[in-house]
Amino acid sequence: MARAVTRRRKLAFTLVGWTIGLTLFFPILWAILTSFKSEGEAIASPPSFLFFHWTLENYAEVQARSDYLLYALNSVVISLGSTGLGLLVAIPAAWSMAFAPSKRTKDILMWMLSTKMLPPVGVLVPIYLLFRDFGLLDTRGGLVAVLMLMNLPIIVWMLYTYFKEIPGEILEAARMDGATLAKEIVHVLAPMAVPGIASTVLLNIILAWNEAFWTLNLTASDAAPLSAFIASYSSPEGLFWAKLSAASTLAIAPILVMGWFSQKQLVRGLTFGAVK
Amino acid sequence: MGAITLDKVTKAFGTMAVIPGVDLEIADGEFVVFVGPSGCGKSTLLRLIAGLEDVTSGAIRIDGSDATRVAPARRRLAMVFQSYALYPHMSVYNNIAFPLKMAGQDKATIRRKVEGAARILNLTDYLERRPGQLSGGQRQRVAIGRAIVREPAAFLFDEPLSNLDAALRVNMRLEISELHQSLKTTMIYVTHDQVEAMTMADKIVVLNAGRIEQVGSPLELYNRPANVFVAGFIGSPKMNLLEGAAAERHGAATIGIRPEHLEVSTGAGGEWSGVVGVVEHLGSDTFLHVQVEGLGPVTARVGGELDIRHGSRVWLTPPPERLHRFGADGQAIRQAA
Ligand SMILES: Nc1ncnc2c1ncn2[C@@H]1O[C@H](COP(=O)(O)OP(=O)(O)O)[C@@H](O)[C@H]1O
Ligand SMILES: [Mg+2]
Repeated sequence: MARAVTRRRKLAFTLVGWTIGLTLFFPILWAILTSFKSEGEAIASPPSFLFFHWTLENYAEVQARSDYLLYALNSVVISLGSTGLGLLVAIPAAWSMAFAPSKRTKDILMWMLSTKMLPPVGVLVPIYLLFRDFGLLDTRGGLVAVLMLMNLPIIVWMLYTYFKEIPGEILEAARMDGATLAKEIVHVLAPMAVPGIASTVLLNIILAWNEAFWTLNLTASDAAPLSAFIASYSSPEGLFWAKLSAASTLAIAPILVMGWFSQKQLVRGLTFGAVK
Repeated sequence: MGAITLDKVTKAFGTMAVIPGVDLEIADGEFVVFVGPSGCGKSTLLRLIAGLEDVTSGAIRIDGSDATRVAPARRRLAMVFQSYALYPHMSVYNNIAFPLKMAGQDKATIRRKVEGAARILNLTDYLERRPGQLSGGQRQRVAIGRAIVREPAAFLFDEPLSNLDAALRVNMRLEISELHQSLKTTMIYVTHDQVEAMTMADKIVVLNAGRIEQVGSPLELYNRPANVFVAGFIGSPKMNLLEGAAAERHGAATIGIRPEHLEVSTGAGGEWSGVVGVVEHLGSDTFLHVQVEGLGPVTARVGGELDIRHGSRVWLTPPPERLHRFGADGQAIRQAA
């Protein structure tokens, strides 16, 4: 009796889980399928799901028209660069907030988070002007800096919550054992926080990879990453669904693969501290 | 060398004065125990000495030189924490080797010292394990190993045994005492357990609400407690502390008599009389909880030979030379010799 109930419940949960999962994944799946259709079939109504003429011509044409590798390289540099630079600033910041808090630490954390509530477009003009005057428009360095600053509150917050889980006495023991602050962070804090740091890194690479507001507004060609690559297929000569889909598929493929391989780490990281 | 001097040391957290002012001399090689009830500031005082907290005012000198503003890493003190505070991501070997690596010693020296410490502490077979794979007693030994390889000026222990079970606690107590005898290095040991204090210390510092109540050898504190607090805190079972008419008869506001010093008789009469409540047989000793008329509960120790049961009437007499007298301020009244 009890067994039947649990089995039925399990079945229901599985069904609901798959439904939500497939619904969320459907647009991506649709884009991938569309990328293999001809332009005509892409806009056909009713659309065909699997039984159409599969073709790679969109990929060939996309690659011929724009250099995918250049965009991809920009994406890699910008997402890795902004995340790495962010860590360099955020680890010491989170250390001091977690282990040497002052009266204002909580306020500073809240203030940092509040900057994420501001719509980015609100500061577009000043930042654009700054970029123009400092010659940073359409440079990788400029984008690395701006994305690092945009994601810094999230990096600091995540690291802060992970560091809070580490007993302060272990760091004090390191101090008693003669470790300088730098050695304490490198030899004791960082290795103990590896799972937390790893998921912070993963999440921020994904956020930076998918970022489209600043990359579209501050780049033109030299530093344009894959988000700009997608956007370049959605405007001038009208819509070409199949080519747009091929570009999208190419743009999300690397991050999708990375996410797939690191999903354990991601899930563990995002639920870290929720259960002890 | 490891002589430590505290000179008018105070500590406040915000507006809360946790240590209102402490003066203390610790001689090189001494085993000093800070004892007091939970929350009285023992850990804070130890952390001030370690440099993990900054003093609010006053000075700390180690071997005569001012260490008040010196970073913990440079005070040449080793600390053993209550939680052990081992590095969970390192093997036992690397845990013990860590302070030596930080000091920049060469690989061969490190190996020799770590293996030496492991031999003393029976950890040789566990050097490749992680702390998570060890029992509580073994973790404690790793923490001690990490402290001894540094050859520090002094060891600081913060309730190192309170996470161990009773039998292991007695063993580790002995091991630490033996370690002190063989190393002859200054040790400062914090505990709330007066039995640990009595059994291990050369010198006990009794703390209460951040103040030193008395400093002395275990027997000095036992025989000549300076005040009511120390009288009640040192000794097990607790000293009987009595107030009112019985105390006034001895010219004091409070009198104290230890259970083991009361003379007990069943027939011949005595100073106080009462009815026996609970009788506790420990084998070597028997403790009587007596309800004395006009006084309240009094504990007394008797040998096994007396036939005393619940409900028996007994007479209790405090021998005058064993009686402790305290004034209204709680301080001991000393006989004008
Ligand atoms: N970092 C701190 N901030 C505020 N109060 C503290 C801090 N550390 C200790 N205290 C307070 O100081 C008092 C003494 O603490 P502690 O030294 O840990 O006592 P003990 O070790 O004797 O149990 C306690 O009332 C405690 O709440
Ligand atoms: Mg304590």
